[in-house]
Amino acid sequence: MIKKFDKKDEESGSGSNPFQHLEKSAVLQEARIFNETPINPRRCLHILTKIIYLLNQGEHFGTTEATEAFFAMTRLFQSNDQTLRRMCYLTIKEMANISEDVIIVTSSLTKDMTGKEDVYRGPAIRALCRITDTTMLQAIERYMKQAIVDKVPSVSSSALVSSLHMVKMSYDVVKRWVNEAQEAASSDNIMVQYHALGLLYHLRKNDRLAVTKMLNKFTKSGLKSPFAYCMLIRIASKLLDETEGGHDSPLFDFIESCLRNKNEMVVYEAASAIVHMPNCTARELAPAVSVLQLFCSSPKAALRYAAVRTLNKVAMKHPSAVTACNLDLENLITDSNRSIATLAITTLLKTGSESSVDRLMKQISSFVSEISDEFKVVVVQAISALCQKYPRKHSVMMNFLSNMLRDDGGFEYKRAIVDCIISIIEENPESKETGLAHLCEFIEDCEHTVLATKILHLLGKEGPRTPQPSKYIRFIFNRVVLESEAVRAAAVSALAKFGAQNDDLLPSVLVLLQRCMMDSDDEVRDRATFYMNVLQQKQKALNAAYIFNGLSVSIPGLEKSLHQYTLEPSEKPFDMKTVPLATAPITEQKTEIAPVATSKLPEKLAPSRQDIYQEQLAAIPEFQGLGPLFKSSEPVQLTEAETEYVVRCIKHTFAGHMVFQFDCTNTLNDQLLQKVVVQMEPSEAYEVVHCVPAPSLPYSQPGSCYTLIRLPDDDPTAVSCTFSCTMKYLVRDCDPNTGEPDDDGYDDEYVLEDLEVTVADHIQKVLKPNFGAAWEEVGDEFEKEETFALASVRTLDEAVGNIINFLGMQPCERSDKVPENKNSHVLFLAGVFRGGHDVLVRARLALADGVTMQVTVRSGDENVVDVILASVG
Amino acid sequence: MDSTSPEPSLYTVKAVFILDNDGNRLLSKYYDPELYPSMKEQKTFERNVFNKTHKADNEIAFLEGMTIVYKSSIDLFFYVVGSAQENELMLMSVLNCLFDSLSHILRKNVERRCLLENMEGVFLVVDEIIDGGVILESDPQQVLQKVNYRADENPLTEQSVAQVLQSAKEQIKWSILK
Repeated sequence: MIKKFDKKDEESGSGSNPFQHLEKSAVLQEARIFNETPINPRRCLHILTKIIYLLNQGEHFGTTEATEAFFAMTRLFQSNDQTLRRMCYLTIKEMANISEDVIIVTSSLTKDMTGKEDVYRGPAIRALCRITDTTMLQAIERYMKQAIVDKVPSVSSSALVSSLHMVKMSYDVVKRWVNEAQEAASSDNIMVQYHALGLLYHLRKNDRLAVTKMLNKFTKSGLKSPFAYCMLIRIASKLLDETEGGHDSPLFDFIESCLRNKNEMVVYEAASAIVHMPNCTARELAPAVSVLQLFCSSPKAALRYAAVRTLNKVAMKHPSAVTACNLDLENLITDSNRSIATLAITTLLKTGSESSVDRLMKQISSFVSEISDEFKVVVVQAISALCQKYPRKHSVMMNFLSNMLRDDGGFEYKRAIVDCIISIIEENPESKETGLAHLCEFIEDCEHTVLATKILHLLGKEGPRTPQPSKYIRFIFNRVVLESEAVRAAAVSALAKFGAQNDDLLPSVLVLLQRCMMDSDDEVRDRATFYMNVLQQKQKALNAAYIFNGLSVSIPGLEKSLHQYTLEPSEKPFDMKTVPLATAPITEQKTEIAPVATSKLPEKLAPSRQDIYQEQLAAIPEFQGLGPLFKSSEPVQLTEAETEYVVRCIKHTFAGHMVFQFDCTNTLNDQLLQKVVVQMEPSEAYEVVHCVPAPSLPYSQPGSCYTLIRLPDDDPTAVSCTFSCTMKYLVRDCDPNTGEPDDDGYDDEYVLEDLEVTVADHIQKVLKPNFGAAWEEVGDEFEKEETFALASVRTLDEAVGNIINFLGMQPCERSDKVPENKNSHVLFLAGVFRGGHDVLVRARLALADGVTMQVTVRSGDENVVDVILASVG
Repeated sequence: MDSTSPEPSLYTVKAVFILDNDGNRLLSKYYDPELYPSMKEQKTFERNVFNKTHKADNEIAFLEGMTIVYKSSIDLFFYVVGSAQENELMLMSVLNCLFDSLSHILRKNVERRCLLENMEGVFLVVDEIIDGGVILESDPQQVLQKVNYRADENPLTEQSVAQVLQSAKEQIKWSILK
C-alpha cells in the first residue's frame, strides 16, 4: 500500500494543494533519505513525486544539485516496490537533460528491460533510449532488436516508439532494425501494428518504391488498428500527391474504401484526405461529402467540428458540392460550441444564395463577440469573399464590418477587417465614401501603427477624388496632432496629396503643412518642408512626379547604387536611371478562408527575385560592365517535361545587352555532362558575344550556362527576334550507382525549342498610382495614336488580357478589370522601356463585331513610341 | 498552411495539460520542442486556453493555430493539443483514455484534491498514454494494467467525519458553481 503525504500536508485543509509551498532546497534536502538503509519506499516515492512536480512547474534545477539528486536516486533501484521503480524511470527521463552522467543507470535499465518483470520492461526501454547517445547505441542494439519482436505488446511498442525517437539521432543504426519492425507490423496487437507502421514509413519515406510496396502489402492484407489505418491513408494520399497519380489509381480506391470503415476516426481521415486532394472532381468528392454530412448531426462536438471544418474547406473550391448539406449546416448555426456555429455560418455564406445573406449575417452578429480571434478572422474572410460574389450586398457587409471594427480584437483581426473594407472600396466605387468614413472613424482610436499608416495612405489616394475631399482633412490632421512619428509622417504625405489634387484646398493644406514643419520628429518635418516647397511651385508635372507617383526603383538596388556612388567620388550627379526598377508588385494571393495557423515567422523583407539574379550575374566576370539588370523574365521551358535533359531559360535584359540563363537538369543517372553550352542562332541582327559553359552537370543536380547577346544599337526598333537553340556538351558515361564516370567522353548535342524575344522583354512594369497625373507629366511631345481591329477577339476581357500579356506593362487604376455588360472600356498601362524612358499607353476598346482598339502611346523618347506601335500592329 | 494534408507521422500530440479551476498548472507536458519552448510561453498559452474554455463545456476549440480538445470534471480541466491538421478524433481518443484511466485510479473522484494526493499515479498514467508525442496506448484498460496503481481506499475510520463532510461540500459547491 502506498501511503500518502506527510501529516502536515493533510492538515492544511481540504482543497489546498499539498505541493503548494514546496521549496526546491527543502525537497533536495529530503532526498538524502534515499541513502538510508533500509529504503522506505513510501517516503522515497513521495519525494520523487515532489521533484517531478517541481520540474513540471518549471522550477530550475542547477546541474550540480540535479546530478546529486540523480545519483542518490539510483540507489532506489535496490527496492522492489513497483511504483517506486516506475517513478525512478520517470525521474531519469525528466532529468536526462539536466543532470550529468545519466548513463550511470544504463546497466540497471538494461537489466530491467531484459528481466522477467513485464511491467518494468517497456518503461525501462523508454527510459534507456532517452539517455542513450549515438556512441552507446551500438551496445544496446542487440537488446533493441529483440525487444521490437518481443511477444509482450507493451515491450514491442515501447521499443518501436523509442526507435522512432532515435531515428533523428542515428538514422543509420535504426535503419538496420527494419526487418524486426517488419515482423512487428504483422502483430495482432493494434498498437504494435500502428507503431511498427510508423517506424517503417519513417525509415523508408525517401524511397518511393519501398513506400509503394509497403502500401500495397498493407492495403491488401488489411489492418486491425484504426490508428494504423489513418496513418496508411496519410501515406497513400501523400504518395498520390507526389506521383500526381490519377484518381483511378488503386491508392485512391483504397482511400475511398476507408469511407466505409466502421471506425469514425478512419472514415473522417479518409474524407479529409479526399477533400484535400488537388483537382478532385465534384463526383469524387460526393461520397466524402456525404459522410461528413452524417457527422454533422453527431452528438459528439469534436466530430461535428471536424466535419464542418472540412466542409468549409470543400466550400472554398466546390461550393456546389456542399449545397446538399445546407440543411444540416443550418441546424449547426445555433450550436452551443461557437466554433462549430461560426464554421457552419461561414460555410453557408459560401454555398447559400444571395437572399440568405442578410439572415446569416444577423445570426452571426449575435455571437461574434463570444468567439476567438482566429474565428473572427474566418468570418471576415468569408465576408470578403461574399462581397466579391454579391457586390450588391456591400452595404450590409460594410455595416457589419464597421461594427466589428469597433469591437475589441487583436491586430490580426483588425487587419483582416481593414483589408476587407479596402478591397470592398476598390471593387465597388459606390461604397467608397461609406468605407472611407468607417476607416476614418477607426483611425481616431487605433493602436496599431501599421494599420493607421495604411489607412492614411489610402485616404491620400482616394480622398482627393471624392466629391467632398475637405471632410477628410480633419481626420488626417488629428493624426498629426495625436499620434506617433510614423503615423504623423504618413498623415503629412496624405495631406500633401489633397493639396496637390484640389486647388481650392491648397491654401488650407499649406497652412497645415506649415504647422507640421514645427514637429519634433525629423522625418515629419522633412516631409512637410519638402511637400510645402513642391506644392508652392503649383506645377502639375512636379506634383505628379513627387507627390502622387513615388519612386519606382527597387529599394535594395537603390541602396547598392548609392553605396557604389559614394565609393567612387565623381563630378557627375547621381543618375536615378541607373537604379534597377522594382519588379512590379505581384498581387497578393488571397489567403484561404479557413482557420489558418497563424504563422509566427517574422515577415522579413526578402530580396526580390530580380535582386538575387543581379547578384548572381554580377559574380560572373564576363558580365561585368553591362550596367544594372533591367528586367528578368519568367522562366520559359525549352524542353518537354519528361525528356532526358530539362532546360528552361530566363531572359535577363540590360541596357544594351541580353543575357540568357539556361537552367539545365540532367535526368539520366548513367551520364555526366561536361562543358555544357547552348548555341543560339538569331534570326535578326542580334550578335552572340559570349557563352559561359556549365562546367559539369551530374545526374539531377541543376546547373546553369549563359549566353550573352548584344542588342543592335543602330536600329532601336528591332525589339523582337527568334533564336534557334542547340545544347552542346561532352558526355561521359558513368555507373548509375556510384556516379563514377568513365575516362573518355564524346561530344553530343541536343536540339531545344526556339526561344523568342518580344517587346515585353524590353519593358519593365511600373505601377503609377495616379495614372492621370503621370499622363500629364510625360506630356504630348511624342504622342502617337493608331487604331487597330482585333478580329479574332470576342470579348473585352480577352482583349485586355492579350494586350497586357503582349506588352508586359502594368495596368493602372484597376483598368484591367472590365465592368460587366459594357461594350467599351479604357485600359491604362504604364512601364519603363529599356534605357529608362517612361512609357504610358492608353487603349480605348470598343466591342462590336470583334474588338476595335485605339492605342495612344506617350513616352519621353520618340523611338520608344514607334517601337510600341510597330509591335502592336 | 492548413490546406496541405498532414505529414504522415506518429507524432500526433503536441501537448497535454491538466489545470485546476483557477487555471493553475497541475501537470503539463509539451512534446514539440519548437512549440512554446520557454516556460513563460507555455504558461501564457495555458492561460489563454483556460480563459477561452473554462466557461463553456464545448469539448473542442481552435486557438493560436492549434486544435485543442478538452474536458472538465468538478474542479479540473484536461486538455490535449494537436496541430491544426490533426485528426480531431485521434486527439479525442487520447483525451478520453486519459480521463477514463484517471477516473479509474482515482476511484471516480476526479477532483483536484484527490488528483494531487495521487500525483505519482497521474504521472505514470500520462507516461503510459503518450511517449514523446506518440500515442502509446489508447485503451484505458491496457493503461491501468500497465500502471498497476490504485488510490488508497480510505477506510472511514482513518478519515474523520469532518473531512468527509468537507470533501462532500467541496464537490457540491463545484457542481453548483459550474
